[in-house]
Amino acid sequence: MSQYQWNWSVVLEQVSGTEEFYYQWLAAGLGWTVATALSAWVLALVVGSLIGILRTVPSKPVAALATAYVEVFRNIPLIVQMFLWFFVLPELVPHNLGIWMKQSMPLPEFTTAVIALGFFTSARVAEQVRTGILALPRGQKNAGLAMGFTLGQTYRYVLLPMAYRIVIPPLTSEFMNIFKNSAVALAIGLTELTFQMRQITGEYAPANPIEVMTVVSALYLLVAFSVNRVMALIERKTRVPGYISGGH
Amino acid sequence: MIQINNVSKWYGEFQVLTDCTTEVKKGEVVVVCGPSGSGKSTLIKTVNALEPFQKGEILVEGVSVGDPKTNLPKLRSRVGMVFQHFELFPHLSITDNLIIAQMKVLGRGRDEAMDKGLKLLDRVGLKAHAHKFPGQLSGGQQQRVAIARALAMDPIVMLFDEPTSALDPEMVNEVLDVMVELAQEGMTMMCVTHEMGFARKVASRVIFMDRGQIVEDCSKDDFFGHLDARSERARQFLSKILQH
Repeated sequence: MSQYQWNWSVVLEQVSGTEEFYYQWLAAGLGWTVATALSAWVLALVVGSLIGILRTVPSKPVAALATAYVEVFRNIPLIVQMFLWFFVLPELVPHNLGIWMKQSMPLPEFTTAVIALGFFTSARVAEQVRTGILALPRGQKNAGLAMGFTLGQTYRYVLLPMAYRIVIPPLTSEFMNIFKNSAVALAIGLTELTFQMRQITGEYAPANPIEVMTVVSALYLLVAFSVNRVMALIERKTRVPGYISGGH
Repeated sequence: MIQINNVSKWYGEFQVLTDCTTEVKKGEVVVVCGPSGSGKSTLIKTVNALEPFQKGEILVEGVSVGDPKTNLPKLRSRVGMVFQHFELFPHLSITDNLIIAQMKVLGRGRDEAMDKGLKLLDRVGLKAHAHKFPGQLSGGQQQRVAIARALAMDPIVMLFDEPTSALDPEMVNEVLDVMVELAQEGMTMMCVTHEMGFARKVASRVIFMDRGQIVEDCSKDDFFGHLDARSERARQFLSKILQH
């Protein structure tokens, strides 16, 4: 067996038979990864916050429904959810809508990936938001209500501002996860970063897979690290003066 | 001002309030005392509907607290409440704590709310701390801010739920001083506390509770002056807390 021929400049080479370069493919893949993750994060944050809040309200039926939501989206593997949204849902909806989803929906892989990843992550965000609310002293809610705030205002002005601050560390992990989990979307054909890596190492540059994988790993690392830094900045900016928390 | 008629409350099978009846008239200071678990905190929280009750009726200036049609936020905005653990909003500065409900509940403008808030903060002796956050103040200071925050809503009555029992001993008096002043100005107050010195000084009436029932409900002079006329349970309680 011949020795592995290292060639770190492989990503700068032109793709044979095309006008394009491998780094352009990787850049395009990175673009889809970031776009998918960020869009899904917005969805996860909005839906997750709502569900997390609903799990803590006094109404038992509402809380039970929110709990059911969390269990469904948390307990089915992400890749299975991706397939369900992409292949199964169009068969279950009214015929014309199904046809539209299969034939004319714009950016079907991207749209489906955002929805699947967003709802999957929303269940996890919901649990974190709920935890933050439950971590507050019970008297805070009473204090808000006693001032004459409605329940909604009590959440808005009293409970949520502290609850979100408390759960910034786990939310940071979740935000980083959504970038890494977006790689699952290659299973439905989204040409994100991991899809490009497999395409390059599989069909085009089989002699130098290690270099390509290393570059891709470094790109994921860079993205995750940037997210981490941004969240750390937010954590610092929102720190409450004099509020006692562990380690500070 | 407040009428409590035959109020009973259960947690599941366990009855925490049994047939409680009393009233607080305008300008009265009513002190509620009793051993822990006697239901005094629960009773005071039923007045602004923070605790629901299953039987009886509570009227605050004629408005029925238990009536599902009652606008509770509106009722609560007229009833000031001070809690054992202060419950200032930690993410808001002292100033914002004082003005947020004035603005969001009463619809006052920022300037008006600020003016009112700072006047009250001055009155509790903490004007210099306006820009700070709750976590940067001592317990006694936080409780004085909490009183100012409740007063900023121009309440018709103030409820105090053990306002000094979470404080270091040396901070108790600074809070009691504010409360005494308030009482002497004619504020209607219902006050769960073990501070018998406070009761002696300003209470109109003293209520003694035990096991969810109102055992004594009499004038301050009767309560402290005619011990022999008091129930066995009340005498026991008083002899224990007045010993030292």
